[in-house]
Amino acid sequence: MSSTPGIPPLTGTVTVDVPVDQAFRVFTDAFGSWWPAEYHIGQADMATAILEPRQGGRWYEQGTDGSECDWGQVLSWEPPHRLVVTWQINGHWQYDPDPAHASEIEVRFTADGPDQTTVELEHRLLERLVDGQALRDGITGGGGWPSLLELFAKTATNQA
Amino acid sequence: MDTNGVAGLGLLGDPTRRAIFELLARRPCTVGELAQELPITRSAVSQHLRVLKDGGLVVSTADGTRRIYRLNPDGVTALRAYLDRVWAEALTAFGKAAQAAPLDPDQEDV
Repeated sequence: MSSTPGIPPLTGTVTVDVPVDQAFRVFTDAFGSWWPAEYHIGQADMATAILEPRQGGRWYEQGTDGSECDWGQVLSWEPPHRLVVTWQINGHWQYDPDPAHASEIEVRFTADGPDQTTVELEHRLLERLVDGQALRDGITGGGGWPSLLELFAKTATNQA
Repeated sequence: MDTNGVAGLGLLGDPTRRAIFELLARRPCTVGELAQELPITRSAVSQHLRVLKDGGLVVSTADGTRRIYRLNPDGVTALRAYLDRVWAEALTAFGKAAQAAPLDPDQEDV
């Protein structure tokens, strides 16, 4: 059920001067090599993050203490052109195992030429993350502080 | 894009206030519950909560005789703004990594 009106999806695009199969491989196989390490949910510092290369695969972080925290799972694995994963980290910075609360990220890799690839990302169904939050129960927002978590993230990053 | 953030950053620059904010991000709490988790008195917790409330980061509701504190629940836009920032940074980092990666596909396991 979706008590929250739809939130517009987030989109992002980046063009890289590499072949499409390489772009896909770096995005997936080497995910942990480029993901900004400050964006993680585990108690321990993040050692790496892993995107398992198959439909149904896990997407998770590994802490420096060996602990693991799930982020989501692979819904579609279509190398080298398309990848869909769930993002199940809610506003409490916790993994929400309920599929009804899972947002989705689709990444499309398009060859502009033999050595250039455009990568388009869409993060959608964000309202599902919020539906899972007990935080909202019984309170209607007053439209105040849109960048609350952004501020928090910056602060947390600066203090790291 | 940082211009709106000065006040909030200041509020969360204090380590104790940040700790309170993080605890409330996990679940709504009373002053007593927060004081149990932190090495400070209830009175000190209350003072920090007042600052966070005045800054709009935290709200409170009455539950019988108790007062429950939680993050300002207008979290829809907040979450989206946060993730927008995450992806902007992540895609930039991905672009750099992709350009720097070896061209030979056989190199992937090296």
